Amino acid sequence: MLIKDGIRMDGRKPDELRPIKIEAGVLHRAQGSCYLEWGGNRVMAAVYGPREAIPRHIQHPLKAVINARYNMVPFSVSDRKRPGPDRRSVEISKVTSEALEHVVFTGLFPRTMIDVCIEVLGAEAGTRCAGLTAAAVALADAGIPMRDLPVACAAGKIDGTVVLDLAGDEDCEGEADMPVAIAPRTEEILLMQMDGHMTYQEFEEALELALKGCREVSKLQKEALLRKYETKNEVAP
Amino acid sequence: MSSHDERLSAVKKDYLVNLAKKGKRLDGRGPDEYRPITIEKHLIKNAEGSAKVTIGNTMVMAGVKLDVGEPYPDTPEEGAMTTSAELPPIASPTFETGPPREDAIELARVVDRGIRESKFIKLDQLCITPGEEVWIVFIDLHVLDYDGNLFDACSLAASAALQDAIIPGERLGKGENRPLPLGSPPISCTFAKYADFIVVDPRLEEDEVAEARHTIALDENGDLRAMQKGLTGSFTVEEIKNNIKRAQIHAKNIRKLLEE
Repeated sequence: MLIKDGIRMDGRKPDELRPIKIEAGVLHRAQGSCYLEWGGNRVMAAVYGPREAIPRHIQHPLKAVINARYNMVPFSVSDRKRPGPDRRSVEISKVTSEALEHVVFTGLFPRTMIDVCIEVLGAEAGTRCAGLTAAAVALADAGIPMRDLPVACAAGKIDGTVVLDLAGDEDCEGEADMPVAIAPRTEEILLMQMDGHMTYQEFEEALELALKGCREVSKLQKEALLRKYETKNEVAP
Repeated sequence: MSSHDERLSAVKKDYLVNLAKKGKRLDGRGPDEYRPITIEKHLIKNAEGSAKVTIGNTMVMAGVKLDVGEPYPDTPEEGAMTTSAELPPIASPTFETGPPREDAIELARVVDRGIRESKFIKLDQLCITPGEEVWIVFIDLHVLDYDGNLFDACSLAASAALQDAIIPGERLGKGENRPLPLGSPPISCTFAKYADFIVVDPRLEEDEVAEARHTIALDENGDLRAMQKGLTGSFTVEEIKNNIKRAQIHAKNIRKLLEE
């Protein structure tokens, strides 16, 4: 039983997010960075670049290449994960890179690459959304010109009820999970994945919830960026 | 590394050497001064133990995981431990993806020796069934921000994460959860030498120009448990002795941070 009388196991209502904390500009070597806590997720993201694209053959003569790397650290999950990329993280890296590329003015930086490192230090369902959300803040913190600040949030289905932002057991035992990333200004969809089983009606409901979640998280992203400039009055490095 | 970086490094080196001649360091510290150290434990729910350590701007996250495995044939009644370190590209523009390279392997092995030789983890209390099943302790070190002195930051993070660790008996069906049996932690002190100047806790620029490096792990009595001399330069016998005496003083102060 994952939901009873409209209340979920962690006390949330169906349309409620887990607690989220975002901090911009937390690392010193990277051009831009972000630390994000989302429920039990702990994510650090950092941006390097634009810098010369290496190896040369990945260079694009007209635009920058966005190279996001999603990485789960060995102690982030219950059974220790072997270090290094697996098929899952390669796929997540790819769809995240593609989503971010849509908003970056890549045409300003031909032949370069922009590296986006996403380290999942602690995982509790929804790490790709947490990772992409943190990566967007890190890109903004790095001063990379973007047409929008992407944001991600998942919705899904547990015990026949469509809910926002699946947590631990809901992800394992739920019936469907659907991570969504958008450009919040236009609400274009930048990333969408789904697994499980939902009727069309449930899908519509889930998408509406995911968009609502994205809008809420988007506010937190912007607040985090503003907060950085309130507290630090330093000359740029 | 491109030629541009190397030129920059030569300029930096001249500057550091000129400062060293006056007994000064880049950030105004004396040769025997550490940067501020912070330790935060218990940050990662899925880890059996975790800790984040910062020394100045250097930031390392350590996580401990336990699993059930077979003992080594020569120690059938003892648990086992392994230490790995990663230098992922998030921590520095010079770090690359891929399997650990020699610098990450050296780092992990030096940290491992300090913990092992000080008998910090009581491996003899990690036996489940002699010769068949024991607890294996995995220590993973994940560097997040590289501003020099990874040896001390990683060693401290590993010790703090172990102090935070439990044996997950319930998760793996091996009895109740209980704290990881521990003795007293090793404390690691690292020195860098450039232009005949030896400084403790090298920051990034000092790491980069260092000709020789000396890491010393001490137990609670100030006895030596592990040492590593690194890089292509050399130390005199006097310098080595002096480093150890200096380390004994630093270790006392750092140990207090772990005991808080």
